[in-house]
Amino acid sequence: MSIADALRGAGAKPAGKRPYFLDAEVERVLAITMSIAQELAVSRQRTDTLERLLLEKGVLSQGEIDAFVPDRAAATERALWNQEYIARILRIVQQENEAVGRPDDIASEDVAVEVGAES
Amino acid sequence: MSRNDPPKNDPGADYDGPPDYRVIGRHALFPQTSHDEIERINFLAQMNRHLAANVVPGVKQAYEKRVVPAFEAAEGRPIANRHEARKALLADPAFQTWSAMRRMTMEQRQQAGRWTALRQSEQLAEKARELTEGDDRLKLDPALQQPRYVSAVDHHCMPGSYHTEYFPGDVTNGANYDHAGFVTTSGLLGKYSDGGGHAVARWVKRNLPDFQPRQILEIGGTVGHSSLPLAQAFPEAEMTIVDLGAPVLRYGLGRAKSLGVDNVRFVQASGEDLSIFPDASFDWIQTTMFLHELSTGSLRRIMAETRRLLKPGGIVLHVEQPQYAPEMPLFEQAMRDWDAYYNNEPFWSRMHEMDLDAEMIAAGFARDQLIHGGVTAVVDRDLFPDAADDDKEDYGRKAAWHVIGATV
Repeated sequence: MSIADALRGAGAKPAGKRPYFLDAEVERVLAITMSIAQELAVSRQRTDTLERLLLEKGVLSQGEIDAFVPDRAAATERALWNQEYIARILRIVQQENEAVGRPDDIASEDVAVEVGAES
Repeated sequence: MSRNDPPKNDPGADYDGPPDYRVIGRHALFPQTSHDEIERINFLAQMNRHLAANVVPGVKQAYEKRVVPAFEAAEGRPIANRHEARKALLADPAFQTWSAMRRMTMEQRQQAGRWTALRQSEQLAEKARELTEGDDRLKLDPALQQPRYVSAVDHHCMPGSYHTEYFPGDVTNGANYDHAGFVTTSGLLGKYSDGGGHAVARWVKRNLPDFQPRQILEIGGTVGHSSLPLAQAFPEAEMTIVDLGAPVLRYGLGRAKSLGVDNVRFVQASGEDLSIFPDASFDWIQTTMFLHELSTGSLRRIMAETRRLLKPGGIVLHVEQPQYAPEMPLFEQAMRDWDAYYNNEPFWSRMHEMDLDAEMIAAGFARDQLIHGGVTAVVDRDLFPDAADDDKEDYGRKAAWHVIGATV
């Protein structure tokens, strides 16, 4: 079985119409959010596993991560990473706010009619 | 503070929740699980625990403070039955949110378990072939038709249910059912998901100390979770497990052999028609968390078959979640019905309101020979939570069951 088939099969819909408890749009976004919450937990546990293995092997010492203070350059890099990260995930907020300042904005579908016109 | 008190602010001192998945027992057919696959299961088990422990109380409060008063204001009378209670709950945001998340957790569990099983399905099938090829303790019937009560909707949102094979010799749906059931049971069924079977074996030994069965039958035994403990408790007996699904039976025999349980055989057949076995073939016929996955007609035909197949002096035992009774609050009944309507267990609701005593009598058992009892899962308490000590209520999923049965 190919990886693509296994992935498709893993997420297959069971027989039986799916019940919705919330507005479909809300439930769809919540379902995606809960899957991401799951994957975040998996990543967090993987980091924890890594820390414990490094502790066991003496690479890290107890409390070293909590006591960690980045130097100025590292602190700047980390702060910038946070800014970049937030900007990426809040893209739609930025774009909706930009749209407020563009009352003349036009949909491509309307432009398609306009530019496709014979005269 | 006495010397034995746990240290203050020790987060581990009063841990209440599922154990880490890595305590689960493995066998030759158990799928390999990566670090991240295990953590997906751990997360989902904790999600179910969180929903039961921390979200359900809010749903209960919403029922009492919002749903009941709103219904009574609109209708001028109290809620009359569990169906009205559930339909009224459907309009309440607390029930909506809990329901949406409970459903999603099940969908995530199926996706996680199926990924693990499917990505190694060919290796698992090869191991199953090595373990079962030429073994007459596996009898499959490729011509068997799946009944409507199994084919219409996939039980517990488990795509392909117990019976679908993705290629010849496939065990995927057995492997998925076995290894990721932990998400729903939170470890309450123990190391090999067999706490129900051990509980039944213990119940029989305590209540029927002279009973020495030679032939035991479990109907709907899937991979043998609840059957193997009976075979182990009575090593002189021969245990027969019948089920509709080839993948679970194939997986079941491989699993049993690798766990060193040899007095078992796995037979593909419908419990409604066990004509492959002559009258009076068995001393003990068992079903465990099975009746609720049937239909009214098939339940009656299966009960009639158990009567026909029992030897004189034999017993039949059905282990199930408790029946609805007038003294059970409507809120609890409505919550228990959730799995029927939103987790693809459509017979759950009707089955739990049936008069099972009357059904047993109609199947030919004598009223004065009916058996009633109760059991909770028997687990290794050093590693697993014990359902008998658990005061959370997860409405239909707790490892505490009723026993109804009969002797002849």
